[in-house]
Amino acid sequence: MTGTMRNIALFALVGVLILLTGVLQSWNSALLILNMGLVSAMMAIGVNLQWGFAGLFNVGVMGFVALGGLATVLVSMPPVHAAWRAGGLGILAAVALGAGTIVLTIFLFRRMQPGWLRAVVLIAVLIAGFFAYRAVFDPAVAAIERINPAGTGYLGGLGLPILLAWPVGGLLAAGAAWIIGKTALGLRSDYLAIATLGIAEIIIAVMKNEDWLSRGVKNVIGLPRPVPYEIMLQRDPVFVERAAALGLDPVTGSTLFVKANYSILLLVVLLVLLWLAQMALKSPWGRMMRAIRDNETAAEAMGKDVTGRHLQIFILGSVVCGIAGAIMTTLDGQLVPTTYQPLRYTFLIWVMVIVGGSGNNFGAVLGGMLVWFLWVQVEPMGALLMKGITAGMTDGSALKSHLLEATAHMRLLTMGIVMLVVLRFSPRGLIPEK
Amino acid sequence: MDLLNAIVALSNFVLVPAIAYGSQLALGALGVTLIYGILRFSNFAHGDTMAFGTMATILFTWWFQSLGISFGPLPTALLALPLGILGCMAIVLLTDRGIYRFYREQKAKPVILVIVSMGVMFIMNGLVRVIIGPDDQNFADGDRFIITAREFREMTGLREGLALKSTQGITVITAVIVVALLFWFLNRTRTGKSMRAYSDNEDLALLSGINPERVVMITWLIVAALATVAGVLYGLDKSFKPFVYFQLLLPIFASAIVGGLGSPVGAIAGGFIIAFSEVTITYAWKKVLTYLLPEAWQPDGLVQLMSTDYKFAVSFVILLIVLLVKPTGLFKGKSV
Repeated sequence: MTGTMRNIALFALVGVLILLTGVLQSWNSALLILNMGLVSAMMAIGVNLQWGFAGLFNVGVMGFVALGGLATVLVSMPPVHAAWRAGGLGILAAVALGAGTIVLTIFLFRRMQPGWLRAVVLIAVLIAGFFAYRAVFDPAVAAIERINPAGTGYLGGLGLPILLAWPVGGLLAAGAAWIIGKTALGLRSDYLAIATLGIAEIIIAVMKNEDWLSRGVKNVIGLPRPVPYEIMLQRDPVFVERAAALGLDPVTGSTLFVKANYSILLLVVLLVLLWLAQMALKSPWGRMMRAIRDNETAAEAMGKDVTGRHLQIFILGSVVCGIAGAIMTTLDGQLVPTTYQPLRYTFLIWVMVIVGGSGNNFGAVLGGMLVWFLWVQVEPMGALLMKGITAGMTDGSALKSHLLEATAHMRLLTMGIVMLVVLRFSPRGLIPEK
Repeated sequence: MDLLNAIVALSNFVLVPAIAYGSQLALGALGVTLIYGILRFSNFAHGDTMAFGTMATILFTWWFQSLGISFGPLPTALLALPLGILGCMAIVLLTDRGIYRFYREQKAKPVILVIVSMGVMFIMNGLVRVIIGPDDQNFADGDRFIITAREFREMTGLREGLALKSTQGITVITAVIVVALLFWFLNRTRTGKSMRAYSDNEDLALLSGINPERVVMITWLIVAALATVAGVLYGLDKSFKPFVYFQLLLPIFASAIVGGLGSPVGAIAGGFIIAFSEVTITYAWKKVLTYLLPEAWQPDGLVQLMSTDYKFAVSFVILLIVLLVKPTGLFKGKSV
């Protein structure tokens, strides 16, 4: 069997698995798995750009995904005019003050002679800037959060179509990636890992605590949608008639129709991203990237700017993760900061890339779809297995209930083992790099 | 009098907690830095190694408690600690034999080892959650305080009290003993010297007949002991929750990098730098300032620079500054 045939067979396998879910469980869950699988595939493409093309180790995928989610709120929710009147200006002024302080610090750091005088001046500027920022920021935040805290209590967004939030999510992720890349790239490889781990935790902390921005743990629900609402479809006589012609009742028909709409939209985005990533890989730029990955010293000797190129691809990969994050929040229809767990949003994506085949975009897509399917389906399988193991035990015994409770955590263990096994025995993954 | 009150308040809320937390971080960072020096990769599984060792200790503690064994005024966990260390050593040696050794023989790039350690991290995390569950466990027993705030007030007649939790005392004493033992081992014994030689120059060490597998094994044993002690002390002082131990990874790495990866002295200094910055920046200074400043200048707000939710941001910012200004750390680690 040739390589291409094998790859087609692998993709067909994923298709069959999803179709089986449709036949055996329900078409709604099949489409749900398909949609999240497509989103996961996008994230995997992003991580594959960084790791597969350039050998950069990003442990902060969760942070970039979360920034994408934040973008949906900032772009698509209607603005809260009262909150803007109460504290909008204050927030803008505070942000300007904060940014100004940092710019001034960097300017002084570059211009002044190294020595104790510079250190003292820098510290003085930073402290003064910080207190000025807090003096403007705190009252503005308090004013915003006082306005209808149960319903809004935040600034709201721009009230634009949610599709616009997808590229904006990418932009936000690019900003965070630029800060991290500027500091940690060019040093040893582990430093980037630690810095990304840190930024991800901080982004999540900001989203949980800054109520004026994203309502924090009170969540933002009811995000606008790019597709019609089920309830509207059920009221539409033409749709109900068509659904009946297909043998579907209006409720099932409308949920399936909405999910299928999303699937088409996601498929288009995924194909565009995949095409771009393939073009990048085949271009001289992509060849240079791989040359740098394989031998940095040699590439540098050829006059390539290794750190600069690394910064480029690190930002590009993060942009893809940000877009995928915005799409995911759009699918969910709500922003819930507490759901961002590193195990789910960083580690799982890594498993996808490594299982699929790092360095190969099709591998990343396959890994994304396949591992997502397993992630969803391992839980019922694990529960079934545990039920089998504990069947002989007496009901209500401590060990039995403990084992049954532990099923939820089996998922992590399984994924960790899958990752280590693939790394050990088939480090090139299912669809290896050419 | 006001000055004394201010000093006591400062010690009670800043100095004492920061010293205890700093000792815990320093022990954790020592483990990270040793692995980095000898095995030459950043071990992402360290937080979860700490969690695993602590879990083993907690299980033995429960067993002792059910047998009715106690340690008098000290926590039973201290009695269980050696057994917990043995458990942690077992799992760490197992992962080294089963997982890391293969990549060492392949002479894999450090970044591959980091990814592998990430896999190990999730397996250990999963194991801990399966065995003991993801919830909070409070396993401290024995006397709660060496001196309570009220006793201190009655003793000195000051308005402010200085409470000294017994776990804080135990943390500092244990940390001093462990660090003294470690430095004695590294500097005085033959094996310790061979470890330092291996860390400084692998090729020369191999030429002088040092057995690398033995050095690696001893390193893992020491790291397991350090991780368990650090984890148990942290757990006694606060409480044990697997996810918190995973999050400790960031301050621990920050400590090791601030001090200079690969430098044991640096790890200790880094631990205290991170702990003191974290506590001072997230502490509400109103109380201390009320004593120090004249009436007219007294602050209205809490004078808290950052809310405690952002304590990780503190370690992160310090980490970024060190990476920007002095990537080798304060004590000239070997990292480039």
